[in-house]
Amino acid sequence: MNTFEKNWKGATAYFRNNPKLIAGVSIILALVLFWLIGSLIVSPARAQPISGLPDQPPSLKYLLGTDSNGRDLLAVIIVGTGLTLRIGFLAGAIGLGIAIALGFLSGYYGGFLDTIIRGVVDVLLTIPALAVLVVIAAMISGVITLNLMIIIVASLSWMLPTRTIRAQVLTMREKAYIPMAKISGMNNIEIIIKELIPNLLPYLAAGFVGATSAAVLATIGLEALGLGPQSLPTLGMTIFWAVSFSAMLRGMWWWWLPPVIIIAALFVGLFLLTAGLDEIANPKLRRVV
Amino acid sequence: MTFVYVLKRFGYFILVVFAAATLIFLLPRLATERNPIVQRMGQTAAAAGVLSEGVQEMQKAWEAKFGLDQPLWKQYLHYIRDLATLEFGYSLAYYPAKVKDQITNALPWTIGLFGTATLISFVFGSLGGALLAWPKAPRFLQYLLPFVLTLSAVPYYLLGLVLLFLFAFTTGIFPLSGGYSIGIVPSLSLPFILDILHHSILPGLAMVLAGIGFWSLQMRGLMVMGLEENYITFAEAKGLKGIRVLFRYAIRNALLPQVTSLAITLGQMISGAILVEVVFGYPGLGTLLLKAVSGFDYNLISGIVFIIILIIAMTTFLLDLIYPLLDPRIIYRRETR
Amino acid sequence: MKDEVLRVINLRVYYHTSLGQLKAVDGVTFSINSGERFGLVGESGSGKSTLAFALMRLIKPPGYIEGGEVLLDGLDLVKISDDEIRNVRLAKIALVPQGAMNSLNPVIRIKDQIIDGMVDHVEDIPRNTLEKRVHDLLERVGLKHEVSHKFPHELSGGMKQRVCLAIAISLNPKVIIADEPTSALDVVVQRQVMLTLDQMQKDLGVSVLLVGHDIGLMAQFVDRVGVMYAGKLVEVDSVKEALKEPLHPYTKLLITCPPSLEEKGEFKGIPGLPPLLLNPPSGCVFHPRCPQVMSRCCAEVPILNEISPGRFVACHLYNEVKI
Repeated sequence: MNTFEKNWKGATAYFRNNPKLIAGVSIILALVLFWLIGSLIVSPARAQPISGLPDQPPSLKYLLGTDSNGRDLLAVIIVGTGLTLRIGFLAGAIGLGIAIALGFLSGYYGGFLDTIIRGVVDVLLTIPALAVLVVIAAMISGVITLNLMIIIVASLSWMLPTRTIRAQVLTMREKAYIPMAKISGMNNIEIIIKELIPNLLPYLAAGFVGATSAAVLATIGLEALGLGPQSLPTLGMTIFWAVSFSAMLRGMWWWWLPPVIIIAALFVGLFLLTAGLDEIANPKLRRVV
Repeated sequence: MTFVYVLKRFGYFILVVFAAATLIFLLPRLATERNPIVQRMGQTAAAAGVLSEGVQEMQKAWEAKFGLDQPLWKQYLHYIRDLATLEFGYSLAYYPAKVKDQITNALPWTIGLFGTATLISFVFGSLGGALLAWPKAPRFLQYLLPFVLTLSAVPYYLLGLVLLFLFAFTTGIFPLSGGYSIGIVPSLSLPFILDILHHSILPGLAMVLAGIGFWSLQMRGLMVMGLEENYITFAEAKGLKGIRVLFRYAIRNALLPQVTSLAITLGQMISGAILVEVVFGYPGLGTLLLKAVSGFDYNLISGIVFIIILIIAMTTFLLDLIYPLLDPRIIYRRETR
Repeated sequence: MKDEVLRVINLRVYYHTSLGQLKAVDGVTFSINSGERFGLVGESGSGKSTLAFALMRLIKPPGYIEGGEVLLDGLDLVKISDDEIRNVRLAKIALVPQGAMNSLNPVIRIKDQIIDGMVDHVEDIPRNTLEKRVHDLLERVGLKHEVSHKFPHELSGGMKQRVCLAIAISLNPKVIIADEPTSALDVVVQRQVMLTLDQMQKDLGVSVLLVGHDIGLMAQFVDRVGVMYAGKLVEVDSVKEALKEPLHPYTKLLITCPPSLEEKGEFKGIPGLPPLLLNPPSGCVFHPRCPQVMSRCCAEVPILNEISPGRFVACHLYNEVKI
């Protein structure tokens, strides 16, 4: 059995035994379903202002009430979940892409290139991401679109995954996989697919989840200051508007609480995923809890 | 600890600060051809009802220093020179107050809150995590684990909102906002200090709850691996007392990577702290930043951001100096490379 | 029974795994006299290290001491409380570990690592007595005083091993268990460490249990030797007699295996592999690889019998003779 087959069998068998991983995936899937199915049931247009009377508490007509601008909050939550998920995952994917590219270059070629990339990553890691993001976002605060948001947030989510991937590439380079595979007659493409990638997969998965978590965290952070897409009801912006309009003081719990719950669920889900993936990579952690 | 090591770490510190400063300098200038800052200055000042002569003075002063007629490198030099004296210019949102003063007022609050909360969550979190991994520890800790695990995933900001609702709004135990009650004159008296504490508890709690989860989880992982080491077995073979093995052998060694990760996550933590301040209207850099952002006060924004980066870089530098004291192998390794 | 310092009776250590019970040590009985050097020899997986650890009750789950007695100074080490065994360790029975490279705490100075063992056993020793003791110990194992201020990573492998030796004798124990103390070292350093151990044992008169797989090493150091295979003790002899006239077929093979400098020829090994301890062979555990196997060996488990004074063997070849 080559590494690929071994890993696949091991992975599927283990999947069933890893409650954290399953819980994490379930939560994320639940959120995605909530968004997709919700969009079919509730018209997204209701998330626009003046869809209904403002400041209405929950009723049969508006299950989650309305906000001060007359948005139907149930629609807002559904649309918002989709938006936030999209920003998170797309930014995470971009971040991962950068991480793979830089991680490979740095780990595989080493030398001067490695020193530079590593230096940049370390310096950027020290700088609090939010600080830089605030500077960027503040400049263009009037015109932040969804895609711009994704790019901004992705721009600082790639550092930690780059480190991890680089470390793994280095380890793989030192280990005997590649010479062994060559000796046993595999050609280069086979080596990459059957030996390199399966060994890298857990780290790629962890890197993606990590980049996504960082992206969502950055999004929420920026939006908490009002630096998000102004006309789109992302979850973070909804909370921002709620706080700006003193929703809590006015007792309008239906405005700020649902987005908080959903975002919290998203974070918990991502976290469980990370913990679950950690356990796969490091079997010793499996014993306890 | 060798001089070379200190020099290297200091060099790194300078590098980070310079990189940050340069970034803050370059970004707005990349935006559009027209100088957005001057434009905004005019807009904001006008909106605040400031006399246009005063604004024009300000704009002229800015242009003189950073005007586009100047070559970029000259602007940069002026900028760096100003930064060295922590001179950020005038705050647009609080005109005619200077940025430096606004920051000086807000800084102690942030440092107090962030410093204390981080200290508490790191120390107790690490201790808790270590005990979780110790087979002879009391069992009830294991039940706390899932709860604490969940809390650590949620950003401080959200926890803060929930805490605000539960303990300030509905039950009124804690105040809704501010660093101290309105109407009390700040002084060094006990009632005032208690009042400050009263206002700090909720924001502090938001950070501590989330932080403890993170640190204990990480420490537990490190300890589980660390307890497999040969020196633990030998320590037990020596018949050492359990407490000694736990603290001087197991925890002491697991502490090294734990402190490293503290240094790495500092940036993220302070970002969280800033946002918590926003939720609670706590008079630190967070609330200041919110004001700055909503007022397009670019001077203030860049000032705050720079100070935050400076704080983190300094703390990282300090931790770098502490680290060799914890791990005697560090210098050895670096020197033999 | 005369002057016995350690007596092991029918000790059993099993590991409970999801695949079943692994009988790492399966009914081992032997004793060590005062001032004696006893070698425990066997290949990897024979259970010798497990036995050594079991004597100090350092076996961790999923391994458990299933039964038997370990009598030291009137105490049964298997049955005493956790606190009592902690006191017995180092003070009465001490370990010299296999991987000294990693057995020392990397962040504590050598001096403090020698001291903490003593301090946790004896209360209220004045500081200068402790420091003097550290210097004496280091001298005894052939290390300079400066070593006491250093950290482990500043020492070589041999030096670290000697520090472990110093720690082991710090409280004048009755028995020292040396678990393959030289496996990780090169031959030159090996010799130094063994010489140190030799000198130390002569000076202090402590009993030494030397665990290893190198029968040549045993031959140079120990008085008596016990041969372990698959968790069982198959022969116990004085080392001279074991080499001159090995009783058990396994011992015979062990002795003839190492290549000699005089003769050149093919490497001789013992054909086959050590058994999986989950499912040991029926009857005599060695029968699948034994060149002198008989039909009785597959069915009946041989018992360790004293066939002449001081010579024990567990083999049906000798049972027949007796009958």
